[in-house]
Amino acid sequence: MAELKEDNRYELNKELAQMLKGGVIMDVTTPEQAKVAEAAGACAVMALERIPADIRAAGGVARMSDPAMIKGIQQAVSIPVMAKCRIGHFVEAQLLQAIEIDYIDESEVLSPADDVYHINKREFAVPFVCGARDLGEALRRINEGAAMIRTKGEPGTGDVVQAVRHMRAINKQMTQLTALREDELFEAAKQYQVPYELVQYVHAHGRLPVVNFAAGGVATPADAALMMQLGADGVFVGSGIFKSGNPAKRAAAIVEAVTNYQDAERIARLSENLGEAMVGINEDEIQLLMAERGK
Amino acid sequence: MAKKTIGVLALQGAFREHEEMLIRLGADYREIRQAEDFTDDIAGIILPGGESTTQRKLLHATGLFAPLQQRIAEGLPVLATCAGLILLAQKLSNDSGAGLGTLPVLVRRNAYGRQLGSFASTAPLREIGDFPMRFIRAPYIEQVLQGDVEVLGTYQGKITAVRYHHQLAMSFHPELTQDGRVHQLFLQMVAAA
Repeated sequence: MAELKEDNRYELNKELAQMLKGGVIMDVTTPEQAKVAEAAGACAVMALERIPADIRAAGGVARMSDPAMIKGIQQAVSIPVMAKCRIGHFVEAQLLQAIEIDYIDESEVLSPADDVYHINKREFAVPFVCGARDLGEALRRINEGAAMIRTKGEPGTGDVVQAVRHMRAINKQMTQLTALREDELFEAAKQYQVPYELVQYVHAHGRLPVVNFAAGGVATPADAALMMQLGADGVFVGSGIFKSGNPAKRAAAIVEAVTNYQDAERIARLSENLGEAMVGINEDEIQLLMAERGK
Repeated sequence: MAKKTIGVLALQGAFREHEEMLIRLGADYREIRQAEDFTDDIAGIILPGGESTTQRKLLHATGLFAPLQQRIAEGLPVLATCAGLILLAQKLSNDSGAGLGTLPVLVRRNAYGRQLGSFASTAPLREIGDFPMRFIRAPYIEQVLQGDVEVLGTYQGKITAVRYHHQLAMSFHPELTQDGRVHQLFLQMVAAA
């Protein structure tokens, strides 16, 4: 028998993220929204009870969503369904794995359950995506078992400045690593607080060993294309779609802008008459910096 | 004679992995992101993995659907992996959406379930031999709808790879491996076309 199942769950999980590249992952709160997202061309949806803008407005403790609500969305669409658990809350992650979620987002959008430790993601069969503001955070999450990285951005603000800052920081630090001498990598590993092998990978390849999406504050087709031109593999859109005037049209326009992110004429056309964008909050107007959670 | 150019459909998904394989094999390629990219000199087309619903939507939005369908029907060699197989299939057993429909097979989407059902294996492929196969939320072929569709591979009784004249399609991802033999077979089909 030549057939042999190979045990390489982590590779398979990284590869699912590779299949999502060039796509848009949309936050949805109901099966109806999930269907709108799928019809607009979303490559996956993030099922959550409240989108980040509403979590921000409501205050209080934000937790994993009701499994019944997540299952409703799993039944509504054929594309991958992701869901968020709190940073460090490995039991919420166990529950999400039990309902066969396709990807878990250990997310700073929810209230952290642990202010020191992240989840040991290597223990899970389902993949994890985690947020990062810089290369050190990205590599630490990968070392813990994350199969995909996204910028943290500042969720629920409609302000793209932090996602830009984080993407630029990660890219700049990777460029710096590629320029180091081999014998300088040990010190770099110490500074980033990660194993030498991860630093060596970035040094050799000039990129992360996993897919890297942009997230946090993306509200327009131009925002999405900006993140793609800055080197993102794809884009998460949270509050930006269903907090806007015409979600179906805006969602489709963002999907097309991500595919043809260098075609300004097309993106200009796509940006016409989209209705109201979500009302943004500037980063200096907000009380709570979610990106400060989980380092 | 000038080298032939392979088109790689680059709307969404794992198209870069196919491009890296083509580079390794010394083939020329162009990314096809909109109708203007799909010129007459394209001698073969690769439909990559990704989300088939997304790709289908973008085929229509970019105006690529009709010209691509027409040229494949007229004999343009095509290599389709995973989502690409779903786009080519004449019929889907669990999805009402219509793809290019040039390949007479009945395909089941997400046939092995969600991501927890994804797996890797090594199994024989006709004309190639044992081949590493990576199934990511993969479909399989429930049935071939015409007698002249050649079955190239099966896994646990389900059809995972077929060839129908100039169309080569599979439910797994040769582009995620270091093994270039499937791409080589496709390049031979392009050269012979």
